[in-house]
Amino acid sequence: MRWHRFRPTRRAVLAGMGLVVAVGAVAPLAYSAARKGMWAWRIRSTASPAAFVKIGTDDTVTVMNKHIEFGQGTSTGMATLVAEELDADWSQMRAAEAPTDDELYASLAFGVQATGGSSAMSVAYEQMRLVGAAARAMLVAAAAEEWGVSASEITVSNGIVRHVPSGRESRFGALADRAAEQDPPLWPRLKDPKNFVLIGRDLPKLDTREKSNGTATFTADLSTDDMLVAVVEHPDHFGATVASFDDTAARAVPGVVDVRPLPQGVAVYARDTFSALKGRAALKVEWDLSKAETRSSAEIEADFVRRLDGTGLEATSRGDPDKALGADGVRRLEAQILFPFLAHAPMETLDAVFLPNAGDGIDIYSGAQFPSMDQRTATELLGLGPDNVRLHTVIAGGSFGRRAQPNAAYITEATEAFKAIGASRPMKHMWTREDDIRGGYYRPMYLHRLRGAVDATGRIVAWDQAVVGQSIAGTSELDESSVEGASNLPYAIDNLRVVAHNVVLPVPVLWWRSVGHSHTGFAVETFVDELLELGGRDAVEGRLELLSGEPRLAAVLARAAEMAGWGGPLPEGRQRGVAAVKSFGTCVAQVAEVSRGEDGAPRVHKVWCAVDCGVAVNPNVIRQQMEGGLGYGLGAILYGEITLGEGGRVMQSNFHDYRVLRINEMPEVEVAIMPSSASPSGVGEPGVPPIGPAVANAWRRLTGQPVRRLPMVPGSVA
Amino acid sequence: MVRFVLNGQPTTFEGDPETPLLWVIRDFQKLMGTKYGCGVAQCGACTVHVDGMATRSCVLPVSAVEDADIVTIEGISGPEAEAVKKAWNGLDVPQCGFCQSGQIMSAVALLREVPEPTDADIDGAMAGNICRCAAYGRIRRAIKQAAADLGAEA
Repeated sequence: MRWHRFRPTRRAVLAGMGLVVAVGAVAPLAYSAARKGMWAWRIRSTASPAAFVKIGTDDTVTVMNKHIEFGQGTSTGMATLVAEELDADWSQMRAAEAPTDDELYASLAFGVQATGGSSAMSVAYEQMRLVGAAARAMLVAAAAEEWGVSASEITVSNGIVRHVPSGRESRFGALADRAAEQDPPLWPRLKDPKNFVLIGRDLPKLDTREKSNGTATFTADLSTDDMLVAVVEHPDHFGATVASFDDTAARAVPGVVDVRPLPQGVAVYARDTFSALKGRAALKVEWDLSKAETRSSAEIEADFVRRLDGTGLEATSRGDPDKALGADGVRRLEAQILFPFLAHAPMETLDAVFLPNAGDGIDIYSGAQFPSMDQRTATELLGLGPDNVRLHTVIAGGSFGRRAQPNAAYITEATEAFKAIGASRPMKHMWTREDDIRGGYYRPMYLHRLRGAVDATGRIVAWDQAVVGQSIAGTSELDESSVEGASNLPYAIDNLRVVAHNVVLPVPVLWWRSVGHSHTGFAVETFVDELLELGGRDAVEGRLELLSGEPRLAAVLARAAEMAGWGGPLPEGRQRGVAAVKSFGTCVAQVAEVSRGEDGAPRVHKVWCAVDCGVAVNPNVIRQQMEGGLGYGLGAILYGEITLGEGGRVMQSNFHDYRVLRINEMPEVEVAIMPSSASPSGVGEPGVPPIGPAVANAWRRLTGQPVRRLPMVPGSVA
Repeated sequence: MVRFVLNGQPTTFEGDPETPLLWVIRDFQKLMGTKYGCGVAQCGACTVHVDGMATRSCVLPVSAVEDADIVTIEGISGPEAEAVKKAWNGLDVPQCGFCQSGQIMSAVALLREVPEPTDADIDGAMAGNICRCAAYGRIRRAIKQAAADLGAEA
């Protein structure tokens, strides 16, 4: 068997290694102790590939990235943290995806190996710096031993270890083998941030070159000579199952090798992708709809509206909102806002490669956000021992939450397909774009009802919000992800109530980039804008008055307003809107300048964005995530909508009817990063929530029409 | 049998003539830089050059490229390609990177046709290439940077 393509960097690293440093298991408890200065780190030197940093004899320093890289910049970020404390030169740094090992690579936020919640940089910030500091100390000890000098006289900078008094110096590679024999320091010393030379700089990303010449290798790109391609015919209703199928025509397609029923549908196996797709198209499947969702989106919406009057789950309550809403002399406002199901639609559709290895085990390659859970699921399905299945995380073509499935549904289907054909031959399982758009695991559909009141002086005195929709966690209790951003409303309003109504539907749902904030941010920031207007307040000044308890959010709002020249003259036919949302610990404010386009729908010309994410580890990556996050959010609020038609079928199937943002619709973006010495927080998701309400608020000023239904397509808003 | 030239190499394909060029390139020629994103010519991840034209290979049956000159991301060369790759690197354009082969193939074809593209030219040439990471601002700047570099060399 021969791999046609494999990451040469990884192979090189594993082949010729010198110093390898690992930080042993650190439970979340130990981590919080570490944060208090009681560093409960167990650091050891090991030749195991399960380690965080490898210094090769060729001078390269490879950081094993325990958080999957899918565009958000974790590989560059983790390498930056290590390089800073190691005093490496940026040009010698490399990154590779870490193997699956909860003991070594658990996220300090989740306790298992996982990427999500914009948490990677915030929770690995000290851990990866400690790794770098430990490796540096071991290199220094090796140099002291080799040169017969005191370690205290040795300095390291830009990848060079020096003993100035004797004029000796060395690159890392020449010291790597000897460094590997040193005892790692129990208490590695971290730099004073004022001495940072890499953190805070616009370092170029490590993966740009391979992503600009076609050599970056994704799961889709792995293949072997005798590999089968498997595609699965899925039901076109959620909750439907296979009643019967006729595979005669499918089997007659040249290249098709087999057809097998699975719990998820019917799998077609072929020697190449096109034959598999042609075979799948030739299948005739009868579906059992007895347990399926057969209602349309309109019927589900009507059900949501009815539920508003039921008893919900109280998420937060203070003061007496009913009394405040009913008080004499107040002016009241009520709004209902409907949010559609949204698909994530990452560029690389879901895929996995299964490879029986020379022993009796299986190697699985996939862009996993929860690799240990996926590995465990596959192991159980295949009925193998715990060490016989290895899941190798591969860089992924986007995710936006799609690859983070707590029930491992995707890897379950892929493994079922592999198992159904005997689990003995290499196999790639892939979803097509149609599978992706129609496959569920959407951002849930939500209905918000908001009631508010301003008093005679224009002050907001009451806020009563109800949220109807599915719990992503599938709980019947309060799901914080349904109400986050509203239940912890940043605005100082005396009388506040937020209630959730959980709905159970057969439509599978999942977190979608920024999770609850993707809808609560819109509801809160458009409604507060309307209440401020009702009270005669300016959208920026009025918010600032209510944000005395949120100084960082207030500061980004003031900064974005200043960048935009808020309140200044505007070009004819344009209006501006503003929104500020704190999500995942990061504060982001955006001002959007909007006109009515030729088709009657909003056209967004420019966005000014201010972000406070604590220490700006790499401003280049932070700007990139703000630009991309608001572009992703903008496409969703302008066009994104999955609807169930009459009878419950998904109406969309591909990018022609599930529209996403294109280059001609991307506004000019200006980003300011607030200087900060606070612990870093994430940037993958927080750029998303403010753009929708900023655009909708501008649209209301432009047209007089508040936005009550997304997306903002002609017919809905124009 | 279909004969064509792929990145300068005479190539033949003996399978189903309906097979889209994308899958011939990926599954049979094992050139993996060209990506599948939608299969219906909506996203541009599969963009290659067919006789110099930026073309969506996912809907083009291989039978239609008899005698054609096909260039993929692996084979793209010349001053425009070099300038585009340099600008992509300089501005750190890619995020997840999955669409970028297609973006680059479209950008190179644009610059060969229009050495100093306006924003409208860029919209026209690049609107068929989706980037779900929305790296569009940097794509636009990189194309302008590449055009400026090419102009300075000329």
